[in-house]
Amino acid sequence: MNDSPIFEQIRDEISHTDVVLFMKGNPVFPQCGFSAAVVEALTTLGVKFKGVDVLPDPGLRDGIKNFSNWPTIPQLYVKGEFVGGCDIVREMYATGELKELLKNKGVEFAAPSEAAD
Amino acid sequence: MSMRQNIETKIVAELSPEHLEVIDESHMHSVPPGAESHFKLIIVSGMFAGEPLIRRHQRVNSILAAELNGGLHALSLRTLTAEEWQKKGGETVASPPCLGGGKADKET
Repeated sequence: MNDSPIFEQIRDEISHTDVVLFMKGNPVFPQCGFSAAVVEALTTLGVKFKGVDVLPDPGLRDGIKNFSNWPTIPQLYVKGEFVGGCDIVREMYATGELKELLKNKGVEFAAPSEAAD
Repeated sequence: MSMRQNIETKIVAELSPEHLEVIDESHMHSVPPGAESHFKLIIVSGMFAGEPLIRRHQRVNSILAAELNGGLHALSLRTLTAEEWQKKGGETVASPPCLGGGKADKET
């Protein structure tokens, strides 16, 4: 790992906020279906998270890929640890693993017992 | 070689999958016609046994690192062992629709 300013910025971001989603667009207006899918999973679970839009900053957009050694956006971090991209988060959400992970990491979320509608 | 063939060849060589689907989903996104940029792969391989999801995806990402650096923009992965594939009855998860963020790419 080197200490480029971008890496510093990313480290700062993921160490100060429990749940950080590097995404395209923002949680209210995601600009990519894959990012939107992760926002939806997190929102359904009632997790408080920070969305970081990578589109306005090519340095960050490339930087996060190198930082995580992961080639695509979105990317989810929980308590400073990389969880995965869209497919992984969606699958973990479906199996209940995501809930388990948040619980184990001591992240609060408001998920009611999978209320219908 | 087309992107699809390229992906197929590499995955078959590296993972000897029991089942492989390479689905071109580029048409679902804001890219020029004929662009081979968005793919979904369903890979069933014994090599995934005992590996967590993230390791499996990392393995595939590194096999396709050159493609991801040159034209392959989005890669949706479903990585299963034969046993898991059977248990899930071979169902797949639909990919999300494009929301237009790719347009921001072209403006820069």
